Amino acid sequence: MTSDNKRKLSLIVFSGTIDKLMPVGILASGAAAAGYEVNVFFTFWGLNAITKKSMEGMQPIDKNYEQFGPVMMQKMKEMNFPMWTQLIEQAKEVGEVKVIACSTTMEFFGIKREDLAPFVDDVAGVATFLDRAEGGITLFI
Amino acid sequence: MAEIKIAKTLDAKGLYCPGPVLETAKAVKQINIGEVLEVLATDPAAKPDIEAWARRTGNQILDIKQEGGITRILVKRVK
Repeated sequence: MTSDNKRKLSLIVFSGTIDKLMPVGILASGAAAAGYEVNVFFTFWGLNAITKKSMEGMQPIDKNYEQFGPVMMQKMKEMNFPMWTQLIEQAKEVGEVKVIACSTTMEFFGIKREDLAPFVDDVAGVATFLDRAEGGITLFI
Repeated sequence: MAEIKIAKTLDAKGLYCPGPVLETAKAVKQINIGEVLEVLATDPAAKPDIEAWARRTGNQILDIKQEGGITRILVKRVK
């Protein structure tokens, strides 16, 4: 099984709003920096958020927090805080990170492999994800 | 305490989580095993986070000082 210095963090990214995607970037990059093997599985609205097209514009914020959106984005800009996609890219620079796109969702939304962000490693399904996530921490976000 | 020779200084002031940890992970790879990295940070999470990072990655914290809102951490590259 996983030895003490080989830990895993796996994220199932279901949500496509910026307030959920930011912690995905933070968790993935922090874990990668600490030597965790990281698996990020983008599905449903999460998958929709990693198309080149949706990454060009501003990503939506959860309806419940809509009023905080502009203030939060302004503050993040002042802090010079990286965008979540940059955090995923940095995670890949410092550690062992696999980004997986859900094949079924791609069909639901009519998304092709070439429509996806360059940081996507594979298009796969639940069996692949579970196999990679086995024995580690898994979060559904 | 004997003088510690610093091989590299990382200025992570003004960066917030996960910035200091990410940059520390990158910077430690730029020094040799046995050498010491000095990290300067202002994020209040820098101390516990870099301590946790060091435990996980098997690197060694030699010294931590907090003064005037700045945390100075000396990390020895072990692996």
